[in-house]
Amino acid sequence: MTGHFGKPQRKNPLARTRQPLLPPAARSRRAHELTAAAAEGRFALQRCGGCGAFAYPVREACPNCLSADLILADAPDTGFVLSVTAAEVPADNYFRERAPWRVGLVQFDCGPTALCHLHAACTTGIPVQLFLKLDKAGQAVFFAAPREGKFDMADDPQWRELTADPRHRRVLITDGRHPVTGSLVARLREAGAGDIFVGVPEDWKPFAGREALERHEGVNLLPLDVTSETSVADFTRDYGAKIEIVINTADFVRPGGILASGQINPTRDAMEVIVFGMMRLAQSLAPVMIARGADGAAGAAAWVNLLSIYAEAHSPGFAAYGATQAAALALSHALRAELGAGGVRLINVLSGPTESEWFQPLQQPKVAHKAIADAVVDGLRRGLEDIYVGDVAKDLHQRLKTNPKAVERELGRERP
Amino acid sequence: MVQGKRQAYDGVVLAVPVTIPYVRFSTDSTAWWIGRALAALAGGAGISHRAFDGLSVASFSTAPDTAIGLTQHFGLAPRFIDFVPMGGVSGVVSVRRAARAVQAGDADIVACIGADTNHVDSFRHSLENFSRFSQDAVYPYGSGGPNVSFALIAGNYMRKFGATREDFGKICVAQRDNALKNPNALMKKPLSLEAYMAARAIAEPIHLFDCVMPCAGAEAFLVMREEMARSLHLPFARLLSTIERHHAFAEDAVQERGGWALDIDELYAMAGVTPGDIDLVQTYDDYPVISMMQFEDLGFCAKGEGPDFVRQHDLTISGSFPHNTSGGQLSVGQAGAAGGHLGIVESIRQVIGTAGPTQVAKARLALASGFGMINYDRGLASGAIIIAGDGA
Repeated sequence: MTGHFGKPQRKNPLARTRQPLLPPAARSRRAHELTAAAAEGRFALQRCGGCGAFAYPVREACPNCLSADLILADAPDTGFVLSVTAAEVPADNYFRERAPWRVGLVQFDCGPTALCHLHAACTTGIPVQLFLKLDKAGQAVFFAAPREGKFDMADDPQWRELTADPRHRRVLITDGRHPVTGSLVARLREAGAGDIFVGVPEDWKPFAGREALERHEGVNLLPLDVTSETSVADFTRDYGAKIEIVINTADFVRPGGILASGQINPTRDAMEVIVFGMMRLAQSLAPVMIARGADGAAGAAAWVNLLSIYAEAHSPGFAAYGATQAAALALSHALRAELGAGGVRLINVLSGPTESEWFQPLQQPKVAHKAIADAVVDGLRRGLEDIYVGDVAKDLHQRLKTNPKAVERELGRERP
Repeated sequence: MVQGKRQAYDGVVLAVPVTIPYVRFSTDSTAWWIGRALAALAGGAGISHRAFDGLSVASFSTAPDTAIGLTQHFGLAPRFIDFVPMGGVSGVVSVRRAARAVQAGDADIVACIGADTNHVDSFRHSLENFSRFSQDAVYPYGSGGPNVSFALIAGNYMRKFGATREDFGKICVAQRDNALKNPNALMKKPLSLEAYMAARAIAEPIHLFDCVMPCAGAEAFLVMREEMARSLHLPFARLLSTIERHHAFAEDAVQERGGWALDIDELYAMAGVTPGDIDLVQTYDDYPVISMMQFEDLGFCAKGEGPDFVRQHDLTISGSFPHNTSGGQLSVGQAGAAGGHLGIVESIRQVIGTAGPTQVAKARLALASGFGMINYDRGLASGAIIIAGDGA
């Protein structure tokens, strides 16, 4: 059993930074069905449409009835441990430098047996809770933890490899003017985050939440304007190597279609903040984070983008905003691949229209900023990749999976 | 469905047992090792290798070639070729197929070769590319290679049947004793039970001396009809019976038995012998727990009695139950797929009386088994043969 995960010691500045290694990433194409579930934090397995049996490892046909109708389905996430071992000298370097590494065969209550990463308290015969997680290579793996007994999961070093828990990690919130900032800072403090840096564009201009933020201990408000290369470079020079989690809140919402005159400028401004802003931040901060992906127990872990569901489903009433969001989503996939070299996760939090003043005329339900903050911290703790916040975002995402054309037609009626 | 009746292997014999001495690492390719094995077979048979009209190759590392490309490489014109990349059972599978080919006259002499080279990075490379299930569901867990899989199997077996590390140690120590008499064994230092017990853990309950050492090497023999062996004046072993089974007992949550248990009655019935008649046994010993399982599944004792069986017997060459007389893979080394041929080659030597320093007195009947392919959580393949010679 491992002890409490206390604040890591200050690093000796002369010590070499451990290079990030990744666990084996090769998978069959069908295996990425599990990746899709893990990215959203679901526990799912292939299930046969013919006989109903769950199958694992991932197959092309059901071993019971040979039906090719194997569909990923949510599965009961319980089982018991059949046999346990710890690899003391794994062939793969990622595991070798983290050895001993505990794994075991687990009998799933829904049928299959699987090799799983094990929580340190797992012993043979005990009932376990199962999780489908993304590892440092971004690929789906199973983790099993005891169902009985009380554990702080973040104390388990193997679990921590599968998450981006904010505990003891230093966080940058890129735009403190975003109305989510207050809730976000509060939730991060509760979660045990280290220093929180809050970027403030046009630092001289007052904003409502400033005083409240300044009252928090360990919160530093700093000038940062994502539309300026100089500003981003200045910030990175001083703080780039002290950030383990980036939460990119920079946003620019303006309603309107594309036919009204004068729409070009707000579109360009939105692009500057949301798309080029992300790119500027990435160019400065991401290389340092990649290099620090295995820098101690609380090394660089995650990059979070707060995006809108309009990135996936485009309303003509927010035409420019939707285009900007879609561009940001596309860019984020490139950034995710680049960050992956360091085992740093990229989390996209897509929400429906919020209580922001710019969504004022829209119908309820709207997303509370507190709900977004909750989703961000939850996603970090669970190591998710794609998070949909609010009923509108979940509804649109679901409808897009079934019939994207219907979504286009139905949103098309929301003319500006 | 009507169950077919198996035909006997009347007149099928194995001859010219060949070992190309192993090395820990080789800069040569697998084709080099196959070439040496072919040359040794031809030399041993006293004929040109072009007279081999059958070629059966078992290997993990001939890529991009399979057996067909090797015919041109070595100047052969066979009318029967076989490629058997089945790890530890490939020796048994090769024998079965070659036997039927020569019996039916499809070929006269089949050269059966198990060979793998071992470059410095071969082991890791073959782990990464072993199987789809392993790629998707084993390797990502830091469990590349068989150590973790067998640790889980061994741990379960120990809990269920009361085997101890000392029992496994007795198997390993006996094999090391045997290996010290085999000049080709890579392990040349004596092994005591104390040293076995004190060895570092690899993955509990597997410790260092439970693991084979990957190496480069080749094992080979010829399969032909008896009249051919006589015309070439070759000593030979008769093939009495064989079994082969894959992915048996899928219902066992953790592997506790191999496919032998399903077919063992047929193995002895076909040979017309009983387990008590067997003079020496060569089990597939990638880990001692698997050898112990084979003592049970091959009918030498009942399921669960393996630990007691080991305690009751002396497993050395001169002991009450001569087992893995060459030293087995645990002490000779595991030359990839040649590990499946190792026990067969040693068995042929024993029953024709040419085993030299490892010779078991009055050895006439030998059983050699194969096991392999940890595709996911268990060894899929099992097989065994019984051969008879005129005896030492």
